[in-house]
Amino acid sequence: MASLDPVAGARAPILAVDHLSMRFGGLIAVNDVSFVAARGEVTAVIGPNGAGKTTVFNCITGFYKPSAGRLALFHGGAATPDELDAVTASGLSWGRTGAGALYLLERLPDHKVASWARVARTFQNIRLFSGMTVLENLLVAQHMSLTSAGLLNPAALLNLPSWKRQQKGAMDKALYWLDQIGLMERADDPAGDLPYGDQRRLEIARAMCTNPVLLCLDEPAAGLNPRESAALNELLLSIRRDHDTSILLIEHDMSVVMEISDHVVVLEYGCKIADGTPQEVRTDPKVIASYLGVEEDEAAVVEAEVGA
Amino acid sequence: MVHPPVADIPPGSLPSGSVPQVDVPANGLPALAPLPPAVPRQGSVVGSAVTDAVVSGLLTGLLLLPLVGFRATESGSGPLGLTYRFGLVAVFAGIVAVLRLVLNLTVWRRGRKVKTSEGPSAFATLALKAAPALRPAFFSFAIAYPFLAILLSGGLSPSRYWVDLGIYVLTYVMLGWGLNIVVGLAGLLDLGYVAFYAVGAYTFALLSTSVPVNDFFAGHLGEGFWTAWSFWLCLPVSGILAAFWGVILGFPVLRLRGDYLAIVTLAFGEIIRLVLINWVSLTNGGAGISSIPPISFFGVPFNATDEGFAAKYGLDFDSMHRIIFLYFVILALAALTALVTIRLRQMPVGRAWEALREDEIACRSLGINTTLTKLTAFATGAMFGGFAGAFFAVRVRFVSPESFTFMESAVILAIVVLGGMGSQMGVAGAAILLIGGMEMLRNLSFLKADFLFGPDFDPSLYRMLIFGFAMVAVMVWRPRGLVSSRLPTIFLKERKAVSSALVKEGHG
Ligand SMILES: Nc1ncnc2c1ncn2[C@@H]1O[C@H](COP(=O)(O)OP(=O)(O)OP(=O)(O)O)[C@@H](O)[C@H]1O
Ligand SMILES: [Mg+2]
Repeated sequence: MASLDPVAGARAPILAVDHLSMRFGGLIAVNDVSFVAARGEVTAVIGPNGAGKTTVFNCITGFYKPSAGRLALFHGGAATPDELDAVTASGLSWGRTGAGALYLLERLPDHKVASWARVARTFQNIRLFSGMTVLENLLVAQHMSLTSAGLLNPAALLNLPSWKRQQKGAMDKALYWLDQIGLMERADDPAGDLPYGDQRRLEIARAMCTNPVLLCLDEPAAGLNPRESAALNELLLSIRRDHDTSILLIEHDMSVVMEISDHVVVLEYGCKIADGTPQEVRTDPKVIASYLGVEEDEAAVVEAEVGA
Repeated sequence: MVHPPVADIPPGSLPSGSVPQVDVPANGLPALAPLPPAVPRQGSVVGSAVTDAVVSGLLTGLLLLPLVGFRATESGSGPLGLTYRFGLVAVFAGIVAVLRLVLNLTVWRRGRKVKTSEGPSAFATLALKAAPALRPAFFSFAIAYPFLAILLSGGLSPSRYWVDLGIYVLTYVMLGWGLNIVVGLAGLLDLGYVAFYAVGAYTFALLSTSVPVNDFFAGHLGEGFWTAWSFWLCLPVSGILAAFWGVILGFPVLRLRGDYLAIVTLAFGEIIRLVLINWVSLTNGGAGISSIPPISFFGVPFNATDEGFAAKYGLDFDSMHRIIFLYFVILALAALTALVTIRLRQMPVGRAWEALREDEIACRSLGINTTLTKLTAFATGAMFGGFAGAFFAVRVRFVSPESFTFMESAVILAIVVLGGMGSQMGVAGAAILLIGGMEMLRNLSFLKADFLFGPDFDPSLYRMLIFGFAMVAVMVWRPRGLVSSRLPTIFLKERKAVSSALVKEGHG
């Protein structure tokens, strides 16, 4: 039972991954992984190439149906084990709890994981709408809140004042995030024209425009230069500070992991081999042996290679 | 020798040189002797171009001599006779020689620097500058067109050909704009668009000629009511039914992508046509439905009676009144299509269509229900197809399955692709070019000269060939269509066109 996990004992969980397994034919990409991501924290998932990190993300965000396991997401506050068991047994994909609501992500299709459970994500290979402008990218992300009155809302068709007000709200939000990622000047440029680092930050801003409770970032620092990487750290820290959004992060770049994460989960060959604070993980002999594959004093060299 | 798949070879494990580095073209044919990259001497460029042109002209002549030069003709019941067409061979050879000469001196010229454009091309920038003026200009011209036709051709009756042509072109403009929603905005390749056109046309044809419906209205609202009003009442019904069929088609099909989607939509178009042919009890089969009531001026018929349009508005009766009114009806319908599309593009649903074309996975990660979004695109496009179909039926006053062949879908799709997917002005331009141009090709009577094809040559039969060549040429020079850049739907400071290199075409 993940919620009884000693590491998570003290903090309220937002996501509980229980015995998650994912098989592709004969390949077991994720093998019985359990961990808990705590509310308001940055949880990092690290591991060598092919360890199954992206596969875990794809299961959480509904792009893959897990072969086995439970993915419980909590709105408001953590559910009690009884509530969790009740919803699991009911066969429904969600239920109300004393603290708020509880979603079983493995039962939801991908777009509902985003719109109902409010889990947003970015992709390892950036997926922006490259032919649309930066501003349009941020407005598309607010599709769900703008279409709450229906896809062909008559107020929108006729451009009534009530619609204009709603549109203005969406615009303000887009501008806020443009300001946060420092791309105000480039609002009218196509997203595909931006430099790599800006595209990464735009993808994060776009995900944030969906009002997520959990933000899943797949290697946000990959391919960034040190300056861009620093800007990214700052953005992530500000998201954690100013917004009610918890972050789940896959990262190879140890400087990012050590600097901003509160909790680290280490995967290798689909299995979890360590789980704890960055300091604990860093000194864990299993992690050093298998993830870095060398003695600790050589670790810095390897870190640089892995981070590149 | 069979090479192992590249992926199975760990990099660096092969001793360099173990794989023979031979440049074999992918298709296995010997490459057309690649010219050595030596710097050409200045004078030799023209010389070699001329030599090449003459040689290829001679080769064409030799090749075509047996193929085209001799022709076996039947003279009455007698034996086959041989006619000689050396003039034609010479013309073909000449065309090849001249074209090669021109190409050798321009595009194929050695050492020519290939222009690589950064950002939107000059043409795109120009189009962007002209864009605000283009739309009003297009619509003012469209409104003035019938009057210009009357003035220039000198009277109502002689202008009939031109107004008819205008109606014909505008129908395709509207169909192009309707399909543009599906193909250009949502990026779903639909090869069966004509099915919705047929649904609209048959809906109107069946309802307007239906005796029970006529009797029902005759009992409640007076004799002649249905004849006078049927088009205006059936128009929305046609659109809604077509949209309904769009959804019916959409549900099973939208799980498919790309080529598969195209094939299934093509099949759907054919199925509708075959049903129309074979369901004789309802549709009268291949014989079609005739005596559809003509269009009325909102209840006032266009006829010579005292109740007619001309008498009521103090005009002399002329059958052209109805034609000109038809022109304005299709203009209004086309304008409606354009305006609704512009509005939808600025709404979340339109943005979702374009986002879908750009990246479906990213859409899903943002919570957009892609199935629903695709269905709305299909239904909206189909609805305008249905409107156009009802208009077609009231204009021609006869529908038969013959009018809804795959050829129609292909022409409409060609208009969208040629115009530049997603661009309304581009699509309108392409419709004018293709439909108007094809019509103009009917007038190529100079080809009937004796030394060319002879008097029994019918140039209109070759329209499709010329049409095909034109399409190939445009796709070579402007692969993304006449207007390839995309205009953003919203802007903060400045509306900048997005170059076609960044805009995706969708994949299914
Ligand atoms: N759709 C799929 N079908 C088959 N195998 C897959 C699929 N997706 C992932 N895999 C396999 O699952 C394993 C884990 O892949 P995954 O992408 O999760 O690794 P990762 O930890 O994200 O690696 P990286 O650091 O390179 O991104 C790999 O062996 C991969 O080949
Ligand atoms: Mg990965």
